[in-house]
Order: sequence, then structure tokens, then C-alpha cells
Amino acid sequence: MISNNPVKDSFKEFKQAAKKIGASNYILRLYISGMTSRSLQAIENLNKICDDELSGRYKLEVIDISQQPESVAKKDIVATPTLVKELPLPIRKIVGDLSERERILVALNLQPRRK
Amino acid sequence: MMRQVEPGEEFLLKSQTGIQGFDQITEGGLPKGRITIIVGGPGTGKTLFGMQYLVNGANMYGEPGVFVAFEETKKKLAQNTSSLGFRVNSLIKQKKLHIDHIYIERKEIEETGEYDLEGLFVRLGYAIDSIGAKRVVLDTLEAIFAGFSNENLLRAELRRLFKWLEDKGVSAIVTAERGTETLTRYGLEEYVSDCLIVLDHRINDQISTRRLRVAKYRGSMHGTNEYPYLIDEHGISILPITSIKLDYLASKERISTGIPRLDAMLGGKGYYKGTSILISGSAGTGKSSFALTFANSVCQNGEKCLYVTFEEAPDQVIRNMGSIGIDLRQWIDKGLLKMSAVRSTYYGLETHLVSIHKIIEEFNPSVAIIDPITNLVTVGLPADVKSMLTRLIDYLKGKQITALFTNLTHLGGRIEATQSEISSLMDSWILLRDIELRGERNRGLYVLKSRGMAHSNQIREFLICKNGINLLDIYTGPSDVLTGSARAALEAEEKANAVLRQDEINALGLELEWKRKMAKSQIESLQAELDANEAEIRKRINEAKFKQKTLADERAGMVKMRKVNGTVSK
Repeated sequence: MISNNPVKDSFKEFKQAAKKIGASNYILRLYISGMTSRSLQAIENLNKICDDELSGRYKLEVIDISQQPESVAKKDIVATPTLVKELPLPIRKIVGDLSERERILVALNLQPRRK
Repeated sequence: MMRQVEPGEEFLLKSQTGIQGFDQITEGGLPKGRITIIVGGPGTGKTLFGMQYLVNGANMYGEPGVFVAFEETKKKLAQNTSSLGFRVNSLIKQKKLHIDHIYIERKEIEETGEYDLEGLFVRLGYAIDSIGAKRVVLDTLEAIFAGFSNENLLRAELRRLFKWLEDKGVSAIVTAERGTETLTRYGLEEYVSDCLIVLDHRINDQISTRRLRVAKYRGSMHGTNEYPYLIDEHGISILPITSIKLDYLASKERISTGIPRLDAMLGGKGYYKGTSILISGSAGTGKSSFALTFANSVCQNGEKCLYVTFEEAPDQVIRNMGSIGIDLRQWIDKGLLKMSAVRSTYYGLETHLVSIHKIIEEFNPSVAIIDPITNLVTVGLPADVKSMLTRLIDYLKGKQITALFTNLTHLGGRIEATQSEISSLMDSWILLRDIELRGERNRGLYVLKSRGMAHSNQIREFLICKNGINLLDIYTGPSDVLTGSARAALEAEEKANAVLRQDEINALGLELEWKRKMAKSQIESLQAELDANEAEIRKRINEAKFKQKTLADERAGMVKMRKVNGTVSK
């Protein structure tokens, strides 16, 4: 498609993209392997943190690698559960059942790292 | 040696690696359906071993394989190994090989609570199932220890992984870095106890040698020694022989030395086929010329000869031999002569040995010449050199290849004693030496030993001239063997004496003739005198007879005339 006014259009696109990110500031993916108790624990812990800290500005996707084995290769998932913070950058991987709230907050850049 | 297998007995199956020499020392390869740990420091070829195992599996044994790389990217791996002729990319396209790069970056990872390595399992399972893999290489699995901190958890997971791989029925190689206290850095050998291979890279006197050892192989016989191995343009090759039984065949066939008169000294027919021959001598005695004259003769008979030199470039060798009337170029062009020239210090001893093996396997000559072995001594300790040569000679004898070695001895000291450790391995030993006499150096040779034949005990002088090597006639003078001008002088003197003697004989002959003539003439003159006397005497006898008759006649006439008796009647 060739736009009549490319400058204006791209500006519009940018504004839209910025709005989108603003709406869901965080893009998170949680990789689990089967519905094990550990997986459920991780989902529960994550939901709690997101509700408390990121209410309304996150998007979460839960991926069961045992159902989608090809998905692991793309993101170099070795351990499960692994939470990947895709946005905002930098990408972080948080491995484990997400039981240590403090550390997760630090890793998600929601709380400054304590000295 | 094959073990007797009882009926119904479970026999450990092997997964052939196709790596030259390795399947021999492990009697068939790696344990099938089990896990093998390959441990070694950086640069020992762990990754290469793994890749070669998979590529050979795909190409030679119809077994697809999965390579999981924790350190190198897929692209890098393909590039690195394509230089070794492994066409990795085409195998990937044919679904015979799957390369997976797992990237673990510690900085990106935060750990909170319990986890497992199911991601790795799923990924590996997916890769194995997608191509129906029978072989798996994990290189280097220990990278996960760098990515995660909970070591206890990792250990438990690794144990589960190994069990899982065995259940999958794949034969796996797990590479590991060398540790300081344990064999592997993270003690992986505790979990895998089927087969453990150690690769080592040692540097002695600035020369590195790679060695492989099968530290453990449950349920299988294996060689326990350290085997030198080589990484070259065809990948890894291992030299399997350290001790061979002394059971090679002894040929009765003979092979000419290329010098008829030397053949004559060696029982009239030259060397035995398949034996080892040492030509030793000090600098400039013509060792290489002897070796190459032999090579030339071998090629003339239409047989193949390998010439390994550590001193001269092939071109220089060809030129030099051209100057004594031997054209080696023609044999190279016909593919009968192969020259391999490499500086001895370029490799370690073991590498030399492996590379000589490789050339022989490829070229399959009937004669191999190493010129000179002395240069190898500079590379290793005498004991190592002897061990290397023993293995080389055993190998050559096993293949019925005639081996000729040259050996530089130093001036001064007893030549025979200095190389005793080498000479005991040799079947024939020809010594070339300088003979210094009256301000000249001349070359002489003698056969110090030659097993299994009646060889000459004489010291022969030889000349290297434009027609090659000439052994001179034996000079058996009254006192000593003489060489060079002394020999010539003595020969001249002998000749002069002979002339004088001949003159004397001639003179005496003349004298006799003269005497004979004298005697004859004397006899003739006496005869003439006798004849003369005889004639005189006969004349006088006749005269006397005539006188007598005349007298008688006169008397009778007188009687008649006087008629003394009355009647004249008679």
C-alpha cells in the first residue's frame, strides 16, 4: 500500500503504538510444563503480583510447553516454570514457582534493588 | 579376542563412531542406548568428536542425530565443521541431523523458588522425535551450571535427564570440561558410569600432543592406554596400536637394494621383504642417497614407495638425486613414489606417528623410508622415540611393508654404541662411515648385521658419482684395507712391481733363447768340423785302398811276366 501522506500516517501509527503500550505496559509470558502443582503455584503467584502491582497495564500469556514443544526453541526455555518479561526491555527471565515476591518485583523493575 | 557369548546372554551393543581407530580400541564403538561422557580441556576436540559421531552416524550407519550446542551457535558449528568436510547443512536439509543451540544467559535469569529443567527435556524430545534420532550429543551440558545457581536441583535434574535419554533409547555423548578435583568440573561422571573418555592435550618441550584414553567402559573390553590422536582436515583419527603381538609373518621374498654389489653383500639377493633396515652414518656419508637409490629400484619394479623426509623439500631431493643420475620425478608422476616432507619439530612424536599411519593407510606402499629418524629424537625423549619406532615398525611389519630408516650418527665415539636402543629393533643394519687416511676422507660401508642371511663381513669403499652409488672392488692387501689415493697409490705400486717382474721374465726368456741359439750354433759348427774330418779320413782310406790294390796288381803282373810257376794260369 502506498500512502498519500506517509509522514502524517507514520506519526499516527506511532501515537497508536504508544497508546497500546501505555494500555498494557508489561508483556509477560509464563512457560509451564503441564498442569502440575508447581505450574499452578506459579500461575497463582504471578496473578497475585500482577493484580497488586500491574493492574490494568499488563498482558500475560501462559504457554504449556508440553502442548507446544516448538515454542521452547524460540525463547531458549530450559527450566520451567519460566516467566519472561518481554516488555519493557530489557528482557528478563524469572525461573521458579515465583514464590519470592520481593525478588520478582525487583526483576520486573517494580521495586528498586535493595542494597 | 572375541568373548564366547552364552545363548540368551544380554550382549552390550555398540554404536559405531566411524572415527578411525576409535572403534578398534573400544571393540565396536560407544555403548548403544547409553550415555558416554567425553571430558577434556579446551581445544581437545570434544565438540568435534561429537559432531563426527553424528555425521558418521547419519552418513555411514543410517542413524540420524541431534546436536545440542550450549556454547556455539548453529551457524558457527556448521562453519567450523564444514572445513572438515562434514556437510552439516545438507544433512540438516535431509533431516538426518538436527542442530539446536540453547542459549543460557545468567544475567537474564532470576531464580525464585522451585523449578525443573522440563524445558530442556521438551526441547530435546521434540528434536529427537522430529527426525527419529538415534544419537544425541550434548555439548557442553555443564553450561547449565553457569546459567542456574541451584546446584542440587540441577544435579537431580541431570540424573533424570540421563535416565530419560536411556529410556528414549538413544546413544548419547555428553561433553564436559576437565575439573581440578573431579574428572569433570561438575562431577558428571558420578551420574554416568557406562563410558568415560578422557581427551588430553599435553605440551612437552613446546610440542603438543593430543591423547585419548578410555577411562571407563562398563561391560566392554577396551584398550586402557593413552592413544595419540590427530585432528586434521578429515576430523579426528586415533592411532590404536601400542603393543602388537609379535606374530607377523616373516617373508622369504627378497628385495633388491638397488645396488647390485650391495645385494651381493647381503647374501646375494638384497633385503628381506617386510623387514626393517637401518642405514646409519655420520654427516655426508650418503645415507639419503642409499635410501633413494633403494626407492628408485622399488619403483623400477613397479611397486609403491613412500619417502618421509624431515630435512629436505621434495624438490631439493629430486634435484640432488638427479645429480647422481637418478630420476625420481618420473616415479612421482606415475604415482609410484610419494614424498612427504615436514619439519620434525612441527609436530609431536605421536602426531608424526599418526600422520605416517594415515599416509600409509591411504597410499598403501610396499616400502616406506623415513629419512632420518634422528630428527625425531630432537622432538621426544629417547624412550618415547623408541616406543614410537617400535609401534611404527610393528605396524609396518604387520602390513608386510619393508621399512628403511636412516640415522645420523655423530662424529667421534663409537657409532655402534650410540644408537643401541634403536638398532635392536632393526633386522638389517648398514653402516656408512668416513675413513680418514693420509689427509683424505673416503666413504666405506659394511653390513653390521642382517638377520637371517649370510652377509658379507667386508668393509667396502664406495663412490657416489654421476651414475649413482658404486661399490669398489675389494682390495685385499697384505696389511689393511686402503681407500682413496692411498689405495690408488698402492695399486699403482703393485702395478709397477708387476711390470718389473714381467720385464724380468721377458729378459730371462730372451736369455734362454739366446743360449739355446748359441748351443745350437756350436753344435752345428762341431758337426761341420766332424763332417769335414770324416771326409778327409775317408779320402785317405780310399787312397790307401787304391795304393794297396795297385801294389797287388803290380805284383801279380810281375809274377805273370816272370812265369815263376811255369804256367801262366789263374
